[in-house]
Amino acid sequence: MAFAAPRALHTIETRDDLGAALRLRLAGFLHSLRDSGFKVGLAESRDALSLLLSPQAASARDLKAGFRALFCGRLSDWRAFDEIFDAYWLDRGVKGVIKTSGTSTKTGGKTLREMAEQQGTRRDTLANDVDRQPGEEDEPQDEEATGRREGASLAENLERVDFRKISDPEQLEAAHALAERLARAMRVRLTRRDRQMRKGPRLDLRRTIRRSIAQGGTPLSLVRKGPREKQLRLVILLDASGSMSNYTGVFTRFVHGLLDSFREAEAFLFHTRLVHVSAALKERNAGRALDRLGLMAQGVGGGTKIGEALTQFNAWHAARVIHSRTCVIILSDGYDTGEPERMGREMAALRRRCKRIVWLNPLIGWDGYEPVTGGMVAALHHVDLFAPAHNLASLAALEPYLATL
Amino acid sequence: MTPTKTDLAKALADTGYIADDGLAMALVLTEMLKRPLLLEGEAGVGKTEVAKALARLHETDLIRLQCYEGLDRSDAIYEWNYQRQLLAIKAHEGSGESAAQIEDAIFSEKYLLERPLLAAIRRERPPVLLIDEIDRADEEFEAFLLEILSDFQVSIPEMGTIEARSVPRVVLTSNGTRELSDALRRRCLYHYVDYPTPDREARILLSRVEGLDAALALQVAQLMGTLRKEDLAKVPGVAETIDWATALLGLGTRNLHEDRELVFETLSCVLKTREDSTRVTREVADRLLGRVA
Repeated sequence: MAFAAPRALHTIETRDDLGAALRLRLAGFLHSLRDSGFKVGLAESRDALSLLLSPQAASARDLKAGFRALFCGRLSDWRAFDEIFDAYWLDRGVKGVIKTSGTSTKTGGKTLREMAEQQGTRRDTLANDVDRQPGEEDEPQDEEATGRREGASLAENLERVDFRKISDPEQLEAAHALAERLARAMRVRLTRRDRQMRKGPRLDLRRTIRRSIAQGGTPLSLVRKGPREKQLRLVILLDASGSMSNYTGVFTRFVHGLLDSFREAEAFLFHTRLVHVSAALKERNAGRALDRLGLMAQGVGGGTKIGEALTQFNAWHAARVIHSRTCVIILSDGYDTGEPERMGREMAALRRRCKRIVWLNPLIGWDGYEPVTGGMVAALHHVDLFAPAHNLASLAALEPYLATL
Repeated sequence: MTPTKTDLAKALADTGYIADDGLAMALVLTEMLKRPLLLEGEAGVGKTEVAKALARLHETDLIRLQCYEGLDRSDAIYEWNYQRQLLAIKAHEGSGESAAQIEDAIFSEKYLLERPLLAAIRRERPPVLLIDEIDRADEEFEAFLLEILSDFQVSIPEMGTIEARSVPRVVLTSNGTRELSDALRRRCLYHYVDYPTPDREARILLSRVEGLDAALALQVAQLMGTLRKEDLAKVPGVAETIDWATALLGLGTRNLHEDRELVFETLSCVLKTREDSTRVTREVADRLLGRVA
């Protein structure tokens, strides 16, 4: 055991107590990690305990490095971990905790025993404080509480907003539902087409031989195989600015349908900034999905900075969500308050990455519309399909195009 | 007995890999807990090198499985040797054996081709298994990889279950082109490999480039550090730094400040896209050089 020598006698007497205290402390730590969205299971707690008791974790610094490797699963965990660890074990970055007198202020090289003794007595208050730490933004409980309130008001908003000419709420609901069904139907037809395409240029020897055994080893029936079709991935960028408010509701339902039925689809929403909304829209219940979306889309109805949103998309998300068979669908009216040059540049960067860019513009359905706004003109060079999206028929017309990709 | 962190870092340095503190600890834990290690990070920060250094350290084989889209069982685990099987069937034809006997004969060890995952669990001496760029493989592959990584056994329908003779040390790398499943992430220890600090990069250069002196190594490392902060389309990795240092050494540079011209001309070692090379003009290069001691 690597505990400090000076109080060895004392240690022996209270070894069991110390073990129990440590275990409790550890459980509390796991709890605050889970609260912060870490995926930590029982196997991790077992391993963490064996690390705690091993001589490898003699100093706080080593323990931190070890726990970090053990508990983190992704980069976001990695970035958040240090702060959570420091707050819990080292009492740093936590507001409102009264220091017990005689607590050592030195930070590194503390032994476990010291840590356990120092904090074991007031783990409850500490665990709460960790959650309230400034700068640690994901606080699931709070989010849910406020989310319900704001989400509801926004959902009402979305319902009040109409598909420009439909004003009867029931009709509007029907339009929404239809848009969603349409999105699902597209998926079914697209996959069926995929399967028929598989002709198989190569022999599948494994299956052929397996089958030939029944015929005494003569391969009578040949089994063929071909490269597996890469699924078409859809990435949808939905404009939620004020000028689009007539269409946001029906488009959101359409996107919800697409996301729910396409296995590979990602959705982003933008106005003055870009928000990744796939997770919110994967909610099966359309109403609840819109609630969650409402929370994320605060600022809806303001101006649009398409160029800036595209910059963010290219910098942070494009590498992850775009592969060679990706179609990017932008749903926007093209009214941009940013500089047109920037939009052109970002569209060019996006164009290089993906297979096709489709721009659906509800204004095309209007009489006498010409895409003359600066940003739209700059973007148009890089768009493969520029199509209307003012009614359901125009959304349905998208399907044959996607089927050819 | 598990080595301590410092010992491990030292031993790794002897094999030519300069590990930072966190990585050394993560490697100690893989020994202690027998869990796979998942390394994430930008391209070119030396993720694959970790596995190679680990293999050198333990004086064992490195078995590498390069993942790609469409990778399946027959490429990753095992495959039957069909040509030999066909021959065997023909050879057995006259012998009067029953179909069942022939089947037993041709689905035996002799006709089995090992692929990396099966090979890794059948060695006497535990190898280092490197599963490179796991994010390029499909989600389905991830699922059966998970099964092998937790049970260390492979079941072959025609033959039965093959148990592991030894448990390999497993290193997975990912570039983040696709989000990995939570199950896989939970199974693994995690380390994010960042670009090295100038100090560490200089040490890497010294261990990799023969004949380089410490002052130049530090200058190159510092310049790379500032260069990486520029807004580049393709941020140069450690391999690029090594190339560049080798080039500078070959051209007889002693001090970067004395050879500004040469520094600018050899930037093609580290800037690999047209945008980047037009962005880093002579003025930019001079400005960066100004921040180097």
